[in-house]
Amino acid sequence: MTTTAASAPATRARRFRDRFSNPWGKPRFLVFITLTYLAWSIVPILIAIRFSFNEGRSRSTAQGWSFQWYWENPDLSVLHDPDLSGALVQSLKLAALAVAITVPLGVALAIGLARWRGRAASGARGVSIIPLVTPEIVLGVALLLSFVQVLTFIDLGTIAQAIGHVTFSLAFVLIIVRGRLLSISPEYEEAAQDLGGSTFQALRLALLPMLTPAIVASAIVVFAISMDDFVVSAYLSADSTTDTVPVRIYSAGRAAPTPALNALATLTLAITLAVVAAAFVLWRIVQRRRGKGGIVEELAQRGAS
Amino acid sequence: MSEVTRRRQAFWAGLALPGVAWQAVFFLLPFYVIVCVAFGTVDPIFQTPRPAWNPLTWDPQAFEFVFEGLFSSGGSLQRVFIRTFVYVAIAVALSLAIAYPVAYFVARHGGRWKGILLVGLVAPFFISYLMRMLAWINLLQDDGWVNDVLLWAGILDAPRNWLDGRASSVILGLVYGYVPFMILTLYAFLDRIDRSLLEAARDLGASPSRAFRLVTLPLSTPAVLAGCAIIALPMFGDYYTPDLLSGSPNTSLIGNQITQYILGGPQQNVGAALVVVLMMMLSILLAYYVIATARAERRLQR
Repeated sequence: MTTTAASAPATRARRFRDRFSNPWGKPRFLVFITLTYLAWSIVPILIAIRFSFNEGRSRSTAQGWSFQWYWENPDLSVLHDPDLSGALVQSLKLAALAVAITVPLGVALAIGLARWRGRAASGARGVSIIPLVTPEIVLGVALLLSFVQVLTFIDLGTIAQAIGHVTFSLAFVLIIVRGRLLSISPEYEEAAQDLGGSTFQALRLALLPMLTPAIVASAIVVFAISMDDFVVSAYLSADSTTDTVPVRIYSAGRAAPTPALNALATLTLAITLAVVAAAFVLWRIVQRRRGKGGIVEELAQRGAS
Repeated sequence: MSEVTRRRQAFWAGLALPGVAWQAVFFLLPFYVIVCVAFGTVDPIFQTPRPAWNPLTWDPQAFEFVFEGLFSSGGSLQRVFIRTFVYVAIAVALSLAIAYPVAYFVARHGGRWKGILLVGLVAPFFISYLMRMLAWINLLQDDGWVNDVLLWAGILDAPRNWLDGRASSVILGLVYGYVPFMILTLYAFLDRIDRSLLEAARDLGASPSRAFRLVTLPLSTPAVLAGCAIIALPMFGDYYTPDLLSGSPNTSLIGNQITQYILGGPQQNVGAALVVVLMMMLSILLAYYVIATARAERRLQR
């Protein structure tokens, strides 16, 4: 009796140990952590989305289903509350401006800094990634004080916010495009130039097509971080008419009496995902139409004409 | 330098020029403005800052105020700084404890699930930080689902108010908000570790845990440090997480102090001085990050 009672936990302990020390077995412990993490990171968002469809006013319990907080409620829904719909419009406006300015500026900067030799270039290279690691509050305070004290011709509001968004997203474009540039040897441009092209043609016909994936990726990233940004938008906002979605969530988050705020956040998420998906699909279509030998063919045609 | 090369160099420099100019005007100049406001005074009537543009006229009174609050024991500023460091340290440690196993698993054992797992890891980047905090506000309410679960499990006897100034809620928010950045940093690095090194270790008789300890862990140290820097830096400037998940002065961080002085109070120069002090402290972290990235890039170029 005593021996079996003592050996049962011992075998269980050994089995337990074997399971974990077996080098060919699945890393169960890691599977568990990873799945728990994914659930922990996604489920709260799904719950917040679920509450946005509540029929009642609660933001913490499930109360039926309706679109009341999206458009049905005549006063408090996202559609009918100017504070909420205005925030969404402002967020989208800023994201569009940020993409339109940052992507060309950043791509040119990345290419220029990668090919331009000299001390000034390496200095600029060093400075240009600092925004990436500067806490946003520092940039927010710096720009706010600058617009109030020095660059007084720039009013707080949309323009100031857009400038802020461009400034911090520039570094992201730089990193993404530079990563791709490092994998492209300068021989392609040299070949283009040997074939009689100018530096500009080499850039346009050899370099830019190869950079397309990086350019599309940086446009997506700039859009996403502009939509996500809170600190710079909040510091540089003129009044409630230039509040973005995150600023609205911040100011109403603890006080909001209805799930309309959840509806606003859900809509913003849906739009962000839709834009990202659309950009991705568009890029695939362009890529397919162009075919694999795009650069070579185009160069050959130019040479022939 | 030949004429052609010079012309090409001028072309590339010209291409970079708009971006360089942008960063000079909207990044470097604003830094100088912060310093000048910090070393300036405040107009006694309008309460607006009077920046000192000339370094010769810099007046350190705002810094004296900040350092007095920092170094006199028990000062409110000192408590805020210590609290910030403690919160950030705990949040970074917890993030690392979550991020390393997850990144390691997806990089090494992801197999055919890798694509889907990666979508899960990247998803938080497309969900606004503030929305993710909002989700937790919903869950942590008095009648929220967190209390429901804890009551049901018998851990709590009565619903608890999680949003009235609890360090645990703020730290949870920080970890939840920033851990995805660390996971991706670690993943990108762990994914690139040459498997043949591990196979060699195993062939030479190392047990899996020994191979991990002697090969993977030392190789991933730079990534761990970079990941810690990447999430610690924004945490030091965070003020919205404590505002949303606690709202009490008991959990106020450096970021809250800066915001109070800059957006609310009449002492903008003190706010600016706080920013300068914060930047000084973070510049160690920053410098490490910049050097580490440069080194990694050089290795890639080789």
